[in-house]
Amino acid sequence: MSSTWFTVGQLADIPRLGAKVVHWQGTPIAIFRTQTDEVFALEDHCPHKQGPLSQGIVHDRKVTCPLHGWVIALDKGTAMAPDEGCTPGYSVRVTDGVIEIEMKHLDALPPTATA
Amino acid sequence: MIRPRLIVIGNGMAGMRTVEELLKLKPDLYDITVFGDEPYTNYNRIMLSPVLAKEQTIPDIILNDENWYAEHGITLHKGVRVERIERKKCEVITRDGQAHPYDRVLIATGSRAFIPPLPGADLPGVVGFRSIADVDTMLAVCREGGHAVVIGGGLLGLEAAAGLVSHGMNVTVLHRNGNVMDRQLDGVAGRILEKTLEDRGISIRLNAHTASLHGTGRVESVRLKDGTELQADLVVMAAGIRPNIDVALNSRIYCENGIVVDDTLQTYDPKIYAVGECVQHRKECYGLVAPLFEQAKVCANHLALYGIAKYTGSMTSTKLKVTGVDVFSAGEIQAKPYHEEMVLADAARGVYKKVILNNNMIEGAVMVGDTMDGAWYFQLMRDKTDVTALRDHLLFGQAHVGNSGHGAKARVASLPDSAEICGCNGVCKGDVVKAIKEHKLFTLDEVRARTKASASCGSCTGLVEDLLASTLGGDYSAAPSVKPMCGCTDATHDEVRTGIIRHELKTIRTVFDQFSWKTEDGCAKCRPALNYYLLCAWPDTYQDDAQSRFINERVHANIQKDGTYSVIPRIWGGVTSPSELKAMAEVAERYAIPTVKFTGGQRLDLLGVKKEQLPHVWRDLSAAGFVSGHGYGKALRTVKTCVGKEWCRFGTQDSTALGIRLEKLTWGSWMPHKFKIAVSGCPRNCAEATVKDLGVVCVDSGFELHVGGNAGIKVRVTDFLCKVATEDEVVEYTQAFIQMYREEAHYLDRTAPWIERVGLPYIQRRLIEDSAGRKALAARFIHSQQFSQTDPWTERAEGKDAHEFAEPLVLA
Repeated sequence: MSSTWFTVGQLADIPRLGAKVVHWQGTPIAIFRTQTDEVFALEDHCPHKQGPLSQGIVHDRKVTCPLHGWVIALDKGTAMAPDEGCTPGYSVRVTDGVIEIEMKHLDALPPTATA
Repeated sequence: MIRPRLIVIGNGMAGMRTVEELLKLKPDLYDITVFGDEPYTNYNRIMLSPVLAKEQTIPDIILNDENWYAEHGITLHKGVRVERIERKKCEVITRDGQAHPYDRVLIATGSRAFIPPLPGADLPGVVGFRSIADVDTMLAVCREGGHAVVIGGGLLGLEAAAGLVSHGMNVTVLHRNGNVMDRQLDGVAGRILEKTLEDRGISIRLNAHTASLHGTGRVESVRLKDGTELQADLVVMAAGIRPNIDVALNSRIYCENGIVVDDTLQTYDPKIYAVGECVQHRKECYGLVAPLFEQAKVCANHLALYGIAKYTGSMTSTKLKVTGVDVFSAGEIQAKPYHEEMVLADAARGVYKKVILNNNMIEGAVMVGDTMDGAWYFQLMRDKTDVTALRDHLLFGQAHVGNSGHGAKARVASLPDSAEICGCNGVCKGDVVKAIKEHKLFTLDEVRARTKASASCGSCTGLVEDLLASTLGGDYSAAPSVKPMCGCTDATHDEVRTGIIRHELKTIRTVFDQFSWKTEDGCAKCRPALNYYLLCAWPDTYQDDAQSRFINERVHANIQKDGTYSVIPRIWGGVTSPSELKAMAEVAERYAIPTVKFTGGQRLDLLGVKKEQLPHVWRDLSAAGFVSGHGYGKALRTVKTCVGKEWCRFGTQDSTALGIRLEKLTWGSWMPHKFKIAVSGCPRNCAEATVKDLGVVCVDSGFELHVGGNAGIKVRVTDFLCKVATEDEVVEYTQAFIQMYREEAHYLDRTAPWIERVGLPYIQRRLIEDSAGRKALAARFIHSQQFSQTDPWTERAEGKDAHEFAEPLVLA
């Protein structure tokens, strides 16, 4: 397994308590910005009925799904009680106002000997 | 770090509830030590009756086990009695002479059975009915069988008698007054209850005065003042309870009947607080559990140093906890000269209901045999609801009040466990009852958090509250009618709205600060509400906070289950034209919109539009003259009309034109919830105006105005507001009614529940009798409309909030 860091955009592009969406190999990923400028990334699917978390209301380190009001922790991707479930998360970092996200991928097959 | 020490004297429900509330607010503030003189952890004292009746066991009623104390770092001393508090040295002294230093003390010593000073009252075999130890003694005697005498025919005495008779004891209740439970029941109700209890084998002696108890080694008989001698292997003293104030008295803390506390639950010593049945607040001592919960919350708030909560007393109701014998009582029990009394008595069925009214508001209710509606009466009583409109059906119960929604389900207690209570989250009765029992839940919020029942649309809130009442039995009283906005604050909607105006709060953050919000950013419940309240209060200056809008209002379209959106252009009064229809058809084709559907409000809905497409769709619709229909907002939705006298042979007025006029005036206005208007051209009412928030029914001589209708979860027919003669008056009343709703309803209240809460007479007073007030309301509405009638779609088609509609970046 190796990984690549992709540039997602400027921190300033996302409003505080807001989100934006990027796609990776067909999967939508929501990038959230909190009031204190922390940034988190989760797959943009609520564990309940796949609602787009990116469209929810962000508060503290949580987001409330717009479809049925499940509350998901941004740092862990877990649903708050009494709901149960988890959404995959991704590592993100902010350097000089630029957000980057880490995508893990299987290494390419080792080069085979060629004639 | 050394933390301040909090010592709690009393390990009962009041003390531990306060500690629980405190832990929620400030889990690490204090080093907590608890003294309890019983050898158990905290248990549910109100459930002792079911334990005596073998319906529950001791483990069932334990609220917090040893692990709970350990997990929260609480030191528990079981079976240790506190003797006094050395207030100068700030030390609590236990009976064995040990001194424990403190910074704060909470006294929660509860109450004890009042043992009348009778000769022989100290004999073994004479018990109260307050603790597990009392129940153990009673059960031990029951194993031998024999005669039991219960002294006192009040709530506690009757519960004890019913429990004892279920063990095959021969039970006699001695009551000094003319009917049992005379503090809660009138004579007729008392008689019916006596009959029911006698049918169960309990013998009841009224006007019976005990003289003395006799026995050698243990109690053997009871002698009455009239000379009657009754055999007794067990005597239960249930002649009332008294606040347990020994510790306070020994510590020279000011007491009257109870430990005197102020509205913050502080005693006369500022370091010492007290809660529960041991306190006296505003001259009242309570012996029920509901006030204790309210006190615990307030006291915890002050112990946590928030210092904002206030306890102003409780209104209580009582219910007898004897399976199969239903008794309910609240407020006044005997009509005074200024009262009206409504009575339904069916002695053969053992049913008696009496409601006492003053000025069309309930001030008391007494019920025997059928107490299903007790919680409802109590709610009406606490909310001071004007029951004029309900009078015809009041005694027959909530199920009979014109209510074709959940009315039939109102009688939850008789439902099977499989009956669905919460349709949104698929929670059935059995789930709720099980959660209440297993997780020891006491409040609506706790049930919501645990089961999700009533956590979505909230229409089953009443059912869940009824289930709480019927499962917890006894003294449970519905959640306080004053409810905080959400878990982020203790402030109510009304307090916040008043505070916004009084302190001129202009941003969500200043509201958070003013009311000491417990979360940094609020939540998805309070932020949209606050955004609306601020917008309503300061229409000309408030900067709308897009991040506090629900997605639909943030992007001006209605999110669908697959994350696409629906687009509903405004069709004024439901009247369209060939060119408009062509334009919509072209948009639908151009963007390959999968579904085009007529709505219930005479408009067309384009479904399945991708978010990135929205500004393009809007640009094209806008070019054809359409504006947003706000089919996504807590705002004016549709104005439905019929064709009126222009075409219809029955039409009396031009309902279509009037509808369009109303829609042009009111569109774009943000409201507490969605708002629908309809105008029907004659009483045949083809526009269905009598299930709208505001309905106009045209008649030959003018216009009838109807308000508060709803065809949603709970169908409610409008209330007739008034009749006016001209269209201009219709307009003024409409503007005034909407503005009053905007300014006074709680966020997410439709007009129907709002009107049910404040009562139609109040609305009529404000809108009809007070014509200057009506004009002022209408003027405020017109003022605020200046700032809201900008089409949000055109703005966004021109580039506003472009970040919302950007094509997602593809990482590669």
